[in-house]
Parts: sequence; C-alpha cells; structure tokens
Amino acid sequence: MATQTPVPAVLDQTTSTACRPMWLEVLHDWVTTVDHKKIGLMYIGYALLFLVVAGFEALLIRIQLAIPNNTFVSPQVFNRLFTMHGSTMIFFVAMPVLFGFGNYLIPLMIGARDMAFPRLNAFSFWVSAFGGLLLYFSYFGGSGLYGAGSAPDVGWWAYAPLTAKAFSPGHSTDYWTLAILLSGVGTIGTALNIVTTVICMRCPGMKLSRMPLLVWIYLVMSLMAFVTISPLTAAQIMLMLDRYLGSHLFDTQAGGSAVLWMHFFWIFGHPEVYILILPAFAFANEIIPVFSRKAIFGYPAMVAATVGIGFVSLSVWAHHMFTVGMGAGANTFFVFSSMTIAVPTGIKIFNWLATIWGGKIRFTTSMMFAIGFLFQFLIAGLTGIMLAVAPFDWQLGNSYFVVAHFHYVIVGGILFMLFSAFYYWYPKMTGRMLSEKLGKWHFWLFLIGFHLTFDIMHIPGILGMPRRIYTYEADRGWMIWNLLVSSGAMIQTVGVLLFVYNLVRSYFKGAVAGADPWDGWTLEWSTTSPPPSYNFAVIPSVGSRRPLWDLKHPEDPDNNYE
Amino acid sequence: MAIGIHDFALPNVVHGKTSIFSPDATPAHSIFSLSMLVLAITLSIFLVVGGLLLYAIIRYRERLSDPDAAYEPAQIYGSNQIELSWTVIPILIVVMLFLATARVIYSTEHAPKPPSALDVTVIGHQFWWEFRYPKLGITTANELHILVSDPRHPTPTYLTMSSADTNHSFWVPRLAGKMDVIPNRINVMWVDPTTAGLYLGQCAQYCGTQHAKMLLRVYADTPAEFVTWVAHQRQPAAQDSSVAEGRTVFEHNACISCHTIAGTVATGRFGPNLTHVASRSTIASGSAPNTAANIRTFVDNPAHFKPGALMPPMHLNDHDLAAVTAYLTTLK
Repeated sequence: MATQTPVPAVLDQTTSTACRPMWLEVLHDWVTTVDHKKIGLMYIGYALLFLVVAGFEALLIRIQLAIPNNTFVSPQVFNRLFTMHGSTMIFFVAMPVLFGFGNYLIPLMIGARDMAFPRLNAFSFWVSAFGGLLLYFSYFGGSGLYGAGSAPDVGWWAYAPLTAKAFSPGHSTDYWTLAILLSGVGTIGTALNIVTTVICMRCPGMKLSRMPLLVWIYLVMSLMAFVTISPLTAAQIMLMLDRYLGSHLFDTQAGGSAVLWMHFFWIFGHPEVYILILPAFAFANEIIPVFSRKAIFGYPAMVAATVGIGFVSLSVWAHHMFTVGMGAGANTFFVFSSMTIAVPTGIKIFNWLATIWGGKIRFTTSMMFAIGFLFQFLIAGLTGIMLAVAPFDWQLGNSYFVVAHFHYVIVGGILFMLFSAFYYWYPKMTGRMLSEKLGKWHFWLFLIGFHLTFDIMHIPGILGMPRRIYTYEADRGWMIWNLLVSSGAMIQTVGVLLFVYNLVRSYFKGAVAGADPWDGWTLEWSTTSPPPSYNFAVIPSVGSRRPLWDLKHPEDPDNNYE
Repeated sequence: MAIGIHDFALPNVVHGKTSIFSPDATPAHSIFSLSMLVLAITLSIFLVVGGLLLYAIIRYRERLSDPDAAYEPAQIYGSNQIELSWTVIPILIVVMLFLATARVIYSTEHAPKPPSALDVTVIGHQFWWEFRYPKLGITTANELHILVSDPRHPTPTYLTMSSADTNHSFWVPRLAGKMDVIPNRINVMWVDPTTAGLYLGQCAQYCGTQHAKMLLRVYADTPAEFVTWVAHQRQPAAQDSSVAEGRTVFEHNACISCHTIAGTVATGRFGPNLTHVASRSTIASGSAPNTAANIRTFVDNPAHFKPGALMPPMHLNDHDLAAVTAYLTTLK
C-alpha cells in the first residue's frame, strides 16, 4: 500500500511583520477572533482564572474546618463558599478548560484549518464566560431588594425545595440558575461544533478508524453533552417558572416533588462526571504512548470502551439517590448499571498498562503527572465501586467519604491529567517549553499535598462526618483528620502557585520548543509551534493512526499493522 | 485541643462514637459485613493492578546506558485474547458483587415487620427533629428514645419519616445507613439496637443555614427504662407554683406561637415541643448541654449557639429572662 505522508513544511511568508501591534489592536484581535486556537486559549485562561478563585474558596473552607467549633467564617458564608466552589469548579473551570484543549487540539489533530463553525465557537465561549461573570456578580446583586448582595447558598445540586422562594428569597438562586443556563448554552454550542468538525473536517486519509483517540473521545463526550445538558437546562427553566410564574413543579409546599428535581439534576450530573473524565482519558491516550515510545495498546478496544462508557453512563444517575427511598427494585437496578461501568473503565486502565509494558518510559513532568493519574484513577474507581454498593452508600453517601471519592476523580484524575496536558502541549501553544525543574517541584508538592488531603479525607466520612457542615462537635474524633486534610490543602496551593509561575515565566524565558519537542506522532506536531493561524500550509493526508511515525520510520509504517 | 498519638490509633477509628465500622444494630451490621467483602475485593484489585503498574514503571523506564538506546521499543498494537480476558474477569467480579449487594438490599428493605415493633413518626424541620409516638400519644424533639431489641424477642423501631420544609437525612451510623427525610414523601427505615445506651448522629442532607447543628441523639432504653420514660412523657407539663411568673411570661409572649407545652395555652407547632424539655440532656437539637445558663442564653439570643436558627431573639428584659428560664428548667 502506498504510504501517504503529511506535509510538515510551513509556507508562511508573513512572519516578519514590521512593528509590534498596539495593545488595543491585540485586545481587538482577541475579542473578535474566530480562530479555534485563540478561542481555545481563552477558554483555558478563563478556566485558570476561575481555578484560582474557586481554589481560594476551597482554602477558606479548609481553614474553617481545620478545628472543631471554629468561627473563622459564619455558617452563611460557609454555605455560600461550598456552593460557589462546586458550581465554579464544575461549570466554569472543568468544562471550559477541557473544551479549551479540545478546541485547540481537534482541528490540529485531524488536519483541519479551523472548527466547522468558527463564529458559533466564539459565541459559545463568550456566552459561557458571561455565565461565570453572572454567577460572581451575585456577590454584589444577589440579594436584590433584601440587601447588598450574597452568593447562592443552595449547594451545587440546588436541591428543591431549598431553592423555592420560601427558603431562598432574594435573587442569589436566580443568578445561579441563569449562570448554569448560559454555561449550558455554551456547552451545547461547542459540543455541536466538535461533532460537526470531527464528522466533516477530517483531512484526506483520516478515516474514523485512524482518528487519534483524543478526537474519538471528544466526539463521544460531545454527543453525551447533547443528552445531558438538555435536562439540566429544562430543570433550570422549570425552576424559574416555579420562582416567578407560580408553577409548583418542585414546590413541595404546594404539592410539587423534591425528588423530581433530583432526577433532572442527576440525569445531567452523573453523565457530566464522565463528560469531564473522558477528556482526561483522551490526554492519557496521547501522552502515555509518546512517553512510553509505544503505540497505544488495543486501539479498537479503547474506542469501544469509550462508546460503552458513553452509553452506560446515561443509566446510572440514581446511584446519587440510593437514600431517597426509591425502593429495593430501583436501587438494585442502579447498583447493577453503576457497577457495569467498571468494566469499560477497567479495560482502559489495562490498555494503558499494556501500553507502558515493554516500552521505554521517559520521565518528563508530563509523564509523571500521567503516572500519578493512573494510580489515583485506579483508587478513585475502586472507591467508586464501594459507593455503587447501595447499602455501603447508605452509610457513606453524603459523608466526607464521598467528598474524598469525587475529589479523587476530579483532582487525582482530571486535574493531574490536565497538568500533564499542560506540560505536553504548552510548547505547541506558545512555542516555549515549560521549565522541567519547576515542573518536578510542582509535581512532587502537588502529589504530597493531594495525598495528604484526599487520602485522609476518606476517614472522617467513615467516622460519620457528613458533608456541607460548617463546623463539628469536638467529641467526635474528627479533628485530627480534618487538620491533616487542611494542611494538605496548603501544600497543594503552593504547588499550584508554582505551576502558575511556571506558565508565566516560561512564556518569556522558556527554551524554544521547535515543532516537535517530544518526538510525537500525531499531526499537531507536524506544524510550527505555535501553529500559524491557518494551521497547515498544505492540508496533510494520512495513511495510519500515527502519521508522524510513518514519516520517521518509513521502513516500518503503522499501516502494515492496522 | 491536645493531639495525642492515640488519636491515630486504629481502635479509635473503629470504635468512634459515630463510626460505621462499629455497628450495633442489624441494618448497620449487615452493611458492615458487606463492606468488608467489598473492601477485600477492591483491595485485592488494587494490589494486583497497582503492583503491575509499579512493576512496569520501574522495569520499563528508559535507561540511557542501553546499548540500543537510540532505537524505539518493539511496537505492539494489541491482542484480542488479552482484551477478552480483562473484559471477562471484571464482569465475573461485578456479577458476584452485584448478587451480594442485592441480597443485603432486599434483606434490609423487605424485612418483615414483627407485631412487637415500635412505631415512631420522624418529622424533619429546619433545624431540629420532631418525634411522635402515634400509639403512645407522645411528642418530643431531638432526643429519640427507643427500645433495645433482644434477638430472641425482637422489638425493632420503625421510623416513618417526612419533612416539614426542606430535605433532611436521618443518619445514626452505628444503627443503620441514612434515609432521606423529604417533604411530600414518606420514607420508612428500621433499627434494632442490641445494647442499651446513647447513639449519636446528625442530619446528613444539606437543609439550610444550620444544617451542621441539626444533631441527633438516640437512646436505646431497656424495657424497664422505656416504660418509665413513656409514663413520664405522657404526663402533662409540671405545674410548679414557684415559677408561675415564668409561666406567665412564656404564655404572654410569642413563645406559644411556636411551642407546645401540654396542659397550657401553648400549642404552637413550628418549634420543638417543650412539655418535658427539662428531661432532655441537650437543647437546640444537641448544640448545647441542657443547663439553666444555656437555656437563658438561647432564649435571649438563639444565634449564640445556632446562627441562622429560625427562632428569633425574644428581647426579654433580665427579669423576665430569669423567670422564663426558671420555668423551663422545671419542665422535667
């Protein structure tokens, strides 16, 4: 078979412009841009900003809980803090940063020059960004006529009837509702864009079966977003009808149903967790093979497992509701569906293990974060199995054990893989390498802080400490564990600050990266770093899953084996 | 807040006052046994997979001293047999775990209710618990008295639960898993403590500002203790002429809009029933010990113990405050 190879050459004649642009021109350029790379970077920058804000909220929470009967913040402030922390981290950190990487990488990886709908892309970003600002504006305008302002304090699930007018006067809950609604509009827009781009914009030769796994996973994740964001948006509209137009869907004082809201929220909320973790899998699928110097093991199984997770994740939501009294039949069904997810997830872990097996592992900072992800995601999956055992969940549900479990998924899984992705693709995005020395410091500090915080956090849950309490009794034996958890949070903070410093410093002083610093195999490494606005001077064509491997090893190209 | 080394000791973890690993009733016991099985299985999986990962990371690290360091390792693209094996084995584990889980779900949720069972109605309020004994004509708050259950003659307590406002959750870890307390919905759970004594718990579903101080105390009484307690609780409130002034203050203020004291004009239902408030060991749903000084502080300014509690500060002068405190302390 003839081997088609991509054309790495860049025919860019416009690099040596005469003078630096004015700041106003730069600003105008970023605000009006429809370039998928700039929108991707704006998504990432915006998410990092909110990461710092919501991380600071977590720090305040941990200071308050470090010792019993603490009065560092009032109960009202504490309840707002955990509501804002959760809502921000899910909707305005995790979603935008993952969409940011997707936006940046997908066209580059499939050899396209932009997303399918560039202006929809810009619209989705700005509407999501506005949602985040609206959420935080509640601090100023949230109480409406009742006072100066207050953030929502209903928890990030906003369970009915706590959100009813009777229990949540003022406008803080409305700001929350509208912010989530807008974020949902942005998500649907971007998901639509990703699906269309992947279906229609692949370069010649890139069959679906040759797509990088990252692109496959983003396709599945975007399709899931259609199914899951819709009930969330519907629920927000129903809540607004309840609050302003006198419907009583969730108003239990007038015969409404509190459980109905739970179903609407979790049919969004649980698939959402997979929407967030799938991109982390996507990064792992690209980064682990390159630093193990081996092709991904079991590509078709990986695709099948992803699609499997996508489908099964839509049928597990009520495992968040094992304690609402659904009855033995429903509980048993959701035990089974939730445990089933362990099978495709296990396949993924085994395939990563097999990818590493027999390789030559390069311990870059990026790979170290990816290895941390593998271990931590394994543990998070196993505590997930414990929680899927409904009777065990009757004890552990809504306790600090659950808080530890999902932070293990989100921090130990998603955030570790995100850091890995930053160290891996930052050179492509900026043309400069991140400092490996600072990176190692970042890794070890964050690893120690993470384990101190989130390993220990399981214990107060086992000892009966419920979540969302602003203080606790001194005689319960929870203090020592909470103190350790809080001290771990401080160490993580130092790690994250080092990372931010590394991002800024390396932009100006980092080593020049070149087009392909990691000896990579996918198309984004065939163009310059950072890529020109048109990505590829000539649209590449590919003959296998690893076009750059074929280019570098013409004697043994991949398509002999696929 | 001295931290001793014993705080880290395993027995401390296992035998905590609210530890799920220190069960003392059938539902908590069956969860405990199941959880040990689950922990054993997950720990084995962790050791096997984690061990393989660790081995691979150490064994296959890049060694620059290799003679063929410049070459890429052999490229292996996959194997259907291997994929099949690590699909089938997890499926078998999942099926086993599922069957063990389903058994405990059905044995707990579909346990036959013996005729000797005690019935209690639990009503969650922001931010306190109301307990009614429909067959005994008792209403009390925050401190639940139930019977110890002898396995030979089981006397489990069935809790029929609903909420007056937002969602709550009834969680006493040493007795049973939690059950949500939801408005417009009736949930049932049962407990059968095997030893007499005090079991602690608290609300486990975020219900508003003072969710943290919605504590639970469950007293498992011996039959003799329980009979005495019931007889006492069925009495109308104590009439002590030495505190008649305090009673007058109570009855001429807004107190009676929210609180009931049986045998008086106070018939309010928004707050806890105070007929025998002095017989309880804590006030403000477990936030503070039941002492005269604490009652006085709480009546004067409920936010002192529970900022965000729905009881307003009563703005009584010192004289009235002392009188009403004296009255409340006589309501044994």
